[in-house]
Amino acid sequence: MNASSLDRYQRAESLIHQLDPRIKILLSMLFILSNVLLPDGAAIGFFLSWMLILLINIISKLQLSFILKRSFIALPFTLAAITVIFTLPGETIAEWEIGSWVLTATDSGLLRFLSILVRSWLSVQVAILLTATTTFPDIAHSLRHLHFPKILISILSFMYRYLFVLSEEAQRLLKARAARAARIPKEKARSFLWQAKVAGNMVGQLFVRSLERSERVYSAMQARGFRGQFLTLSPHHLRNKDYLIGVIGFTLLMSIQFIQFNI
Amino acid sequence: MPILHQDSVKKHRLKKDASILEVIDLRHDYPDGNQALNGISLKINRGEKVALVGPNGSGKSTLMLHTNGLLKGDGSISISGLDVVEENYSTVRALVGLVFQNPDDQLFSPTVFEDVAFGPLHMGLDEKIVKTRVQNALKQVNMVGYAQRYSYHLSVGEKKRIAIATVLSMEPEILILDEPTAGLDPRARRSLLELLRKLPQTMLVATHDMLMVKELFHRMIVLDEGLVVADGLTKDIFKDPDLLEAHGLEMP
Amino acid sequence: MYLSPTPLHIPDGFLSILISILFWAISIIFVGLAICRSQKELEDRQIPLMGVMAAFIFAAQMINFPVAGGTSGHLLGGALAAITLGPWAGILVMTSVVALQGLLFQDGGLLVMGANIFNMGILTTLVGYSFYRIAIHQKKNIRLASAGIAAFLGVLAAALMTAIQLWLSGTSPAKIVFPAMLGIHSLIGIGEALITVATLGFIYKVRPTILSLQNIEEKAKKGWVIPGFTIAILVVLLSPLASTNPDGLEKVANELGFIELSQASIFEIFPDYILPIFGDGNFSNIFAGIIGLLLVGLFAYFIGKFINKRKTS
Repeated sequence: MNASSLDRYQRAESLIHQLDPRIKILLSMLFILSNVLLPDGAAIGFFLSWMLILLINIISKLQLSFILKRSFIALPFTLAAITVIFTLPGETIAEWEIGSWVLTATDSGLLRFLSILVRSWLSVQVAILLTATTTFPDIAHSLRHLHFPKILISILSFMYRYLFVLSEEAQRLLKARAARAARIPKEKARSFLWQAKVAGNMVGQLFVRSLERSERVYSAMQARGFRGQFLTLSPHHLRNKDYLIGVIGFTLLMSIQFIQFNI
Repeated sequence: MPILHQDSVKKHRLKKDASILEVIDLRHDYPDGNQALNGISLKINRGEKVALVGPNGSGKSTLMLHTNGLLKGDGSISISGLDVVEENYSTVRALVGLVFQNPDDQLFSPTVFEDVAFGPLHMGLDEKIVKTRVQNALKQVNMVGYAQRYSYHLSVGEKKRIAIATVLSMEPEILILDEPTAGLDPRARRSLLELLRKLPQTMLVATHDMLMVKELFHRMIVLDEGLVVADGLTKDIFKDPDLLEAHGLEMP
Repeated sequence: MYLSPTPLHIPDGFLSILISILFWAISIIFVGLAICRSQKELEDRQIPLMGVMAAFIFAAQMINFPVAGGTSGHLLGGALAAITLGPWAGILVMTSVVALQGLLFQDGGLLVMGANIFNMGILTTLVGYSFYRIAIHQKKNIRLASAGIAAFLGVLAAALMTAIQLWLSGTSPAKIVFPAMLGIHSLIGIGEALITVATLGFIYKVRPTILSLQNIEEKAKKGWVIPGFTIAILVVLLSPLASTNPDGLEKVANELGFIELSQASIFEIFPDYILPIFGDGNFSNIFAGIIGLLLVGLFAYFIGKFINKRKTS
């Protein structure tokens, strides 16, 4: 892992990039809500939603492949959902015999499964668009504007700041272990318990170093006047443009729902 | 989003003729006995640039942590005539610009701007003034344009300069730096030396870098085992190599 | 590529709206409680401490150990966070980890984040801590053993809850999701137990005083023991029951109307006289959904105000 893999933000000069992060977060949540509200088999709704995503993608001047590549990640849960094909009651479309079991695939089961996949796929693209067009510090700040608890936001900011530093330390520990692995006798190496002990030592090391670092950071904060209340500037101001786009976004999502249910 | 509380830095009338930093018989004992201070006395006046040298464990870092109240000991220590005691901590911390050895500990905000703004913001200053101070501080360290960069993206040399900026924005009376050139490659070191040369503030710099001491600091204080063993003009002390060797130091 | 340590981060689309909103509400309550308590225990130093330790958990999740046939086990960290930092700071730390993973890496959805936070941020921590607390006045080795069991139970509890959420949302049938989730996580739980114990062992050896940082053991109140023990027993009993008798579970849930309720379109939950304007049909669904979210938002807002009032008093 290097520094850039922590940075999902793709810099560009676009309308979406400049949009107030609060609006982006609210519209993203609304969009995902809209996706999940579309019923099974809502092909038109899904299609329109996807068109909207592509539209935002283009306006944001992002590469289409960027989003597409990252949107296919929900594999373990897909496996969990796949069984719904065989268990939802409906008209049989196919049957397989595996030993003494008979698997009956139903139409409604297949439809539900595919719909779950599509909803998930659409939603994750919305989330990717959000992080690709908004820096994490901005996301954190606007969550504060949206009245999320201050302490949680502060923790997120610190966490983000030290993510790379501590991840690097973890990588170094892993490399050191790998370097020593060649010299370890085979019997010891295969022992489950021994491996856990080594891993535990590494995590323990990291823990102690992190705790001590947090003390030093606290001292540094005190040295610059920190007395318990964490203050920040107000970097975001809503402009008319932001409100306008908010309303437009809302209307578009409503229209998708409206069209889907009135065809 | 409004700043959550307005707190003005207490306006103390700092004695104009007082030393910027005055330490009288400072003693400190760690529970395990390490890095104790055994009675340190020194005075630093406005405009002086002083090097603090001594072997590891001599008490350099401990002394520095006393200057703004992060550590408490016996004896007295004052900044521009103001005693470093608990009721004065917030004022003192705005007067003492302490720069730690590891910049990753000092740069704890996601962006450079937020880090440099932290000091003035917590002094209770107005947003507009904070922004101006940030710009000025970045200008002083030649890092204008780095405001929106992420701290974790920077090189060690860049981080050290920003760390200095984070205290410059508080407009301190004295800069106290702990090993500023440690870990820098020759180019970054040269660049930092030039910066330290240019900065007009009173300075106390702990270091092992004897070449830098020779080049930049007209006065040096030698510490060993928690005591001041020499305090005078650099060129005079460098005439005594036995003294330096006795305290674990080398001639440059 | 960043990969999640366990298959517990639920993506958007896999849970129904009602379940999503319900668990947002539950998480908000617990996180609110954690904020109050943590403020009292840690005071000024809490922000840098929890921030850096959240980054620690994230980094620690990268440290793997080979299990069998090329697969690796990873630490989730809930029990570890609770035992080393205290339960409330542990909740805030794990919540931040889950939140950042979802926000930044799309590991876990945004709408379902309430459920993910509850499962991985709150349940693992509370179950882990409360079981550990049972043995807190015992010798070191017994404490370590109970920490291991606590870690195991925490993971199992999270898996159980995830299975319940998936099942009630109609995404997965009970007879598949319960055995699968619980089966897989029994193995993962063993790994979690081993790493947790090994880590605590290391810390005790190298820096025993660090763990008394929060004076957890001195402040240990009896209040934790009974609920902790109860939850632990529940998890232990429910899990095999759910796995081996999922049909029974379905039957009970159907008779109690659970399944229909959680999968129902929201419109059917609001009585007719609330949204007659928009007429029958699912268009009203959207407004109901938005109203649901707004209600949760207001709820959170008032909890926030309540917390602030307590802080300043």
